[in-house]
Amino acid sequence: MPEPVLSIRDLTVEFKTEDGVVRAVTDVTYDLFPGETLGIVGESGSGKSVSVMTMLGLVPMPPGKLVGGEALYKGRDLLKIPKKELRNIRGGEVAMIFQDPMTSLNPVFKIGDQISEALQTHRDGLSDGDARKKTIELLELVGVPYAERRYDQYPHEFSGGMRQRAMIAMAIANDPTVLIADEPTTALDVTIQAQIIEVMRAAQDETNAATILITHDLGLVAELADRVVVMYAGRVVELGDVHTIFNSPRHPYTVGLMNSLARVDLDREWLEPIPGQPPSMISPPPGCAFHPRCAFSRGRERCRTEIPPLRGFGDGLAHLSACHFAEELEAQHVTAALALEPS
Amino acid sequence: MSQTQTSAVADPATNGDPGEILRIEGLVKHFPIKAGLFKHTVGQVRAVDGVDLSVRQGETLGIVGESGCGKTTLGRTIIKLIEPTAGKIVFEGRDITALGRRDMRPVRRDVQIVFQDPYASLNPRMTVRDIVGEPLRIHGLYRRQGEGRRRIEELLRTVGLSPEHANRFPHEFSGGQRQRIGVARALALNPKMMVLDEPVSALDVSIQAQVVNLLVQLQNEFGLTYLFIAHDLSVVRHISDRVAVMYLGKIMELGTRQQLYEVPMHPYTQALLSAVPIESPNLRGRRKRIVLQGDVPSPANPPSGCRFRTRCWKAQQICAEEEPALVPRAGGAHPVACHFAEVMKPLDVSDQPAVI
Ligand SMILES: Nc1ncnc2c1ncn2[C@@H]1O[C@H](COP(=O)(O)OP(=O)(O)OP(=O)(O)O)[C@@H](O)[C@H]1O
Ligand SMILES: Nc1ncnc2c1ncn2[C@@H]1O[C@H](COP(=O)(O)OP(=O)(O)OP(=O)(O)O)[C@@H](O)[C@H]1O
Ligand SMILES: [Mg+2]
Ligand SMILES: [Mg+2]
Repeated sequence: MPEPVLSIRDLTVEFKTEDGVVRAVTDVTYDLFPGETLGIVGESGSGKSVSVMTMLGLVPMPPGKLVGGEALYKGRDLLKIPKKELRNIRGGEVAMIFQDPMTSLNPVFKIGDQISEALQTHRDGLSDGDARKKTIELLELVGVPYAERRYDQYPHEFSGGMRQRAMIAMAIANDPTVLIADEPTTALDVTIQAQIIEVMRAAQDETNAATILITHDLGLVAELADRVVVMYAGRVVELGDVHTIFNSPRHPYTVGLMNSLARVDLDREWLEPIPGQPPSMISPPPGCAFHPRCAFSRGRERCRTEIPPLRGFGDGLAHLSACHFAEELEAQHVTAALALEPS
Repeated sequence: MSQTQTSAVADPATNGDPGEILRIEGLVKHFPIKAGLFKHTVGQVRAVDGVDLSVRQGETLGIVGESGCGKTTLGRTIIKLIEPTAGKIVFEGRDITALGRRDMRPVRRDVQIVFQDPYASLNPRMTVRDIVGEPLRIHGLYRRQGEGRRRIEELLRTVGLSPEHANRFPHEFSGGQRQRIGVARALALNPKMMVLDEPVSALDVSIQAQVVNLLVQLQNEFGLTYLFIAHDLSVVRHISDRVAVMYLGKIMELGTRQQLYEVPMHPYTQALLSAVPIESPNLRGRRKRIVLQGDVPSPANPPSGCRFRTRCWKAQQICAEEEPALVPRAGGAHPVACHFAEVMKPLDVSDQPAVI
């Protein structure tokens, strides 16, 4: 097994709000290996963004509070290193792509100059001319047409999809070892999304960066991820290889998620939604936070009283599930309705 | 249903099929673009630019297309929340295009709309009781308090909320619950038809399925007709009997669910279907992928001829010169607006996938 580039251990983050303390992320632990794409999925508010923003120092504190945990990058804890050093790592070795490109792009500067500046910040002595040349190459790589001319345009002169490309160009400018993409295509139309997926594939081929892909779109994960982290109510509830997660999920939430999907290539008589609502993050249900909506709990006391640990499943630690009764799912050979293939 | 038949004779000029509840002909909605000190009109956004559709009693007609193609404008113009620029709207055999506010009232009862955003579409200062009861009050459907209360509680139960929710405010509900409140309100007047504008787009997947199932169940129970607007092709496949694909204010292809998803003939439909990532890693790399070039052109200045031609891999000279009519082509049974219509099946799995 290769060494992970990034290891998150027992990360716990809270927010103080008017209504009480929000436990956004609790005991989150996972590794990111070189060259892989790790998908993070879960409902809105389940802690996907906070878990990665925290290690990049992008969560405002207060109201946020780091309760505990580590984020080890090349043997150093990102949660403890000085701010200035973290800023250096960010945008260089660890780069980000957001849902809204305007969080990375400044509206009053030319697109090209912004990318050039990102290059020059991380590379001492890079001349203006060379930075410009490299920027144009990057814009071409991400499929911005007439890159030479586009260099001198401002963000408002770019369409949404083009801005997304420019942001990706900026993110990969300094050959990152880790690339974090938070809902990179959510705001885009499906034909533009298809273009951006191609660009992200090209960017990964070029840099071989280990990628964390945060999304609520299970299709995108099925298409791009090697491994998947499933989050529910601030915790990791299942983790495994993408085929395992989609074909033989072993957490009732994951099973429920798959069964509630409409698919573009299949006719399903009825969808099977997960009943109820996502839990409050201020006073989550006791025991397993999923138990009030769980089809497998059947009122069992353990589900209501004991928080299930994330534990290895099958052989080794490749597949983890945080369900007391994961073995039952195994014994029943639960397959999500979606594992069916069109004939 | 019986009501449909009675009014079908009102307009002798109509000759649509007897099961038809709504028909639009040549519907156009242009928004003026104003500029300069004196706000001169310098152009037109051609949001809906000549649409013909017939909706049958009891069916779900899905409308899909990318952002800005005119779906919302079409939905709102049909029920005259927006006045059409040109064209004709016939509801239950009666031409309603020129009706004034008062004459529109009974039509407004029969056709309700559920809006896109469950967060913005409910008045935050009104209780759920007032929100759901408002249409009843406006139409003077109950006098005494008790009557209204019973109807409101019944409506809340119908959409899977509990009557205790009636005294709460919208911010106390999740997105899925708010969407249910919107549906309860739309149901209050026993409509015949509902225009559902992206009713599940803002919701989490597991909650989307709850609302979709609710809509299907209500349709079965009350014989409702749905115009279901969405950009999510998976949800549209699931819920629709027929589907229309829009691009820049025009319908490109119109067919039954089976025709549209299994034997699509328009290159744009094919590109859309091939672009949807499918929730199965087993299928990775085993489908045809069509990656379109460029962006959607501006609706203020659509391309000549076929509007899709600037992004189409099949485009020829004729596509720039002659706008293709929406008619059955190349031996197919359903209408397609393409000079080079041809079946291609982007959802099929193959072991030698191609990229276009
Ligand atoms: N600045 C903040 N102040 C208070 N609460 C916050 C703040 N940022 C996040 N939270 C809360 O932390 C929890 C986790 O949020 P997070 O943004 O990680 O969710 P997410 O899984 O990324 O959701 P989405 O899919 O909607 O992006 C939520 O309950 C959210 O309301
Ligand atoms: N009131 C208005 N004034 C001017 N232009 C408008 C108005 N409403 C819509 N438009 C324009 O008309 C076109 C169609 O908009 P519409 O909202 O109908 O699209 P849509 O298909 O519903 O998009 P979305 O998927 O983003 O909801 C767009 O170019 C839009 O900017
Ligand atoms: Mg997020
Ligand atoms: Mg719309």
